Amino acid sequence: MIGFSRRLSFAFRCFFSLLFEGTIPQDILRTLTNSDAEVVSIPSKAAPQAQKVAGDQLMPESADRAVQMLALLQRDGRLVDFLQEDVSSYPDGQLGAAVRSIHISCRQALERYMKLEPILSSEEDHPVTVPVGFDPAAIKLVGNVAGEPPIRGLLRHRGWRVAAVTLPSMPVGSGRAIVAPAEVEIP
Amino acid sequence: MGHKTWPRRQQLDSEFIVGIDLGTTNSALAYCDSAAALENARIEVATIPQVVNPNEVADRTLLPSFLYIPGDMDFPKGSLSLPWEAEPKFVIGELARKRGAESPGRLVASAKSWLSYAGANRTAPILPWQAPEEVSKLSPVEVSSQYLQYLRTVWDAHHAADGKGYALAEQDVFLTVPASFDEEARELTRRSAEQAGLQRVTLLEEPQAAFYAWLESQGDTWRKRVKVGDLVLVCDVGGGTTDFSLIAVSEENGDLSLKRVAVGEHILLGGDNMDLALARLLQQKLEVEGRHIDTYQLQGLWHQCRSAKEYLFEHAKSQKQDVTLLGKGRKLVGGTIKTELVREELNRILVEGFFPKVASGEMPARQRRIGFQELGLPYAADAAVTKHLARFLSQQVQNSPESANIRRGRNGLACPTHVLFNGGVMKAGMLRERLVEVLNSWLTEEGFEALGPQNVLDAPDLEHAVARGAAYYGRARRGQGVRIRSGASRTYYIGIESAMPAVPGMEAPLKALCVVAFGMEEGTEALIPDREFGLVVGEPAEFRFLSSTIRKQDRVGDLMENWGSEIEELSPLEVTLALEGQQGTVLPVRLESRVTEIGTLELWCASRDGANRWKLELNIREKSGQ
Repeated sequence: MIGFSRRLSFAFRCFFSLLFEGTIPQDILRTLTNSDAEVVSIPSKAAPQAQKVAGDQLMPESADRAVQMLALLQRDGRLVDFLQEDVSSYPDGQLGAAVRSIHISCRQALERYMKLEPILSSEEDHPVTVPVGFDPAAIKLVGNVAGEPPIRGLLRHRGWRVAAVTLPSMPVGSGRAIVAPAEVEIP
Repeated sequence: MGHKTWPRRQQLDSEFIVGIDLGTTNSALAYCDSAAALENARIEVATIPQVVNPNEVADRTLLPSFLYIPGDMDFPKGSLSLPWEAEPKFVIGELARKRGAESPGRLVASAKSWLSYAGANRTAPILPWQAPEEVSKLSPVEVSSQYLQYLRTVWDAHHAADGKGYALAEQDVFLTVPASFDEEARELTRRSAEQAGLQRVTLLEEPQAAFYAWLESQGDTWRKRVKVGDLVLVCDVGGGTTDFSLIAVSEENGDLSLKRVAVGEHILLGGDNMDLALARLLQQKLEVEGRHIDTYQLQGLWHQCRSAKEYLFEHAKSQKQDVTLLGKGRKLVGGTIKTELVREELNRILVEGFFPKVASGEMPARQRRIGFQELGLPYAADAAVTKHLARFLSQQVQNSPESANIRRGRNGLACPTHVLFNGGVMKAGMLRERLVEVLNSWLTEEGFEALGPQNVLDAPDLEHAVARGAAYYGRARRGQGVRIRSGASRTYYIGIESAMPAVPGMEAPLKALCVVAFGMEEGTEALIPDREFGLVVGEPAEFRFLSSTIRKQDRVGDLMENWGSEIEELSPLEVTLALEGQQGTVLPVRLESRVTEIGTLELWCASRDGANRWKLELNIREKSGQ
């Protein structure tokens, strides 16, 4: 079992990695899965696909938007500072105090700029029916995947979908690459 | 003192009725469409788009009354653009407040308090106070005007795009001012509205607006909540100021009628003081632990204290709330400082510090008079709101002509039968309860029953109540709704120098001739009897102008001597008699005073036959020796 602080850091990184790149970072996959063989097999499929998306669809505009989202989470919630800091040496109490604050402000920022909703609205661990013609991007089947939809199963994760993006207008020029400006205090 | 008809510009009713709360810390705008059947016309609160972060415009229902004067080094180019203006000269609203915390030298805050502070030159560019040299400053009037102009632009973008439709300049606007504003401050407010291009402005006192908002929320049932002889205390504690008024319920033609019978002084004390007091406490706590808190972190602490306070007020069972200051720079977790706000501290600082249990005879500490007092706003020297309330209620015993309408106790204290709260601070149930508790201890002492929950009138939506109430008032003026009768909130005098032989180094003693009696009602006028002044046609004449909040017994025509500190001098009034072919002749004139329907005071010179009238104008300028 890995420590709380690392789990937290992983969770954040996975979230953004999935949101903007559609992949889970390699090192996290490696740490979380026990067997090396599995790790190799997953990226071998995922990696070329991700690159393809990046090459074909990820226009400069959407890359800027990704930076912008990150900049907003940094501005309002100091998220980048947090992820970039080596937190391994801090006691859980110290980390917890910071995380509570970061959690509140990042959550508020997320609510402000992105409307998230679950893909399936049923309770988790309750039975659901996967309809005919479902979108495999939206619903992932796990376990004994066989037969034809409609299929009954247990909802293990409700999923998340972005219902609306309400990002402010883009900064101009060099501002687009800025996640957080350097601060200089004039005495 | 009979009623005469005065020449009045006939105007058609405007399409919209607009209420504007030009607050010390937040402004708001509410409106209703008068085309809809008036009784059903709903009052709506307007959304005010504003820059909330560089490159980010968002809708808010409040416009923070902050103006930031950006320099070249402040914001990236183009990041302040508004839908209607690519490069605004000033930042107004939320971003101004945020940025001002980082760079206070370019921020104008509390412009409204400056507007009412006679110690400053209010039409001269003095704000931001103590700004660096290269910042081009604005006058308090200009800053207020900027806020109004901003609201006007927002309105016009929505209601009068492309110059068609219902421009705000053409709507009836009801603009609120603190009840404690004197004639000068009201005149300056009117001028700032004029500068902003608003042409149909009526002033209204804020506590009255709050009461109108309550009336609106009650519909017709308000008549069941109050009865003849009741006295409502409006207690308005906002972000920066505290304002009290008394409204009496009486009977007229068999129907209930309302009259504003007393207003308090202008007290610069509010929620910001309270949050800062909490931040200072936590700062001390942290410093005892050996942590140093710098100015920047104190800002953060201030903000966090506000949230923690609100949380504890809302969650009566929680005993404490964490306050976390994240580390600066890249050492975020490593530099995190954590402390907590404990309920006991909240009680001690806010409830006991700002709302202590005091006897009705305990007056607030007087303003400090230090030789080299730093010139700035005259913040209240005593933070106890309850002591200011004690002074307000005991002042009302003194000689008021309204005494018949004021319920008084055996020691003479004005004793309200109801309380209406307004202002952000009074959102906290604990503070409301404490204030009622203190008031009740006084009422019992004065021989009255304590107030119960039915005596506390609850206005919904405290943040927008004043703007809503102002719009309601506008509707009431068109005959749809109840109006509060109100009159001059002070007594006004003209200074008359005694005819005495001049003594070197001594000013001739000044006498004060009462020209407006306290309580003189809107829409009435008075002729100052038995006194004529000889003025030279074509030459400016100056009258010294004085006012008193204390001498309520003086009647029009009374001449005062030796008033001690009870009467204060305002800016002088000026008039130049223009009369064809009479240049240089001395013309005997009489003085007439009016309190207008739009809430202003006017003094006129009238020729003996009444055929010619000249209006006296306040010449507001810096007073020497202040």
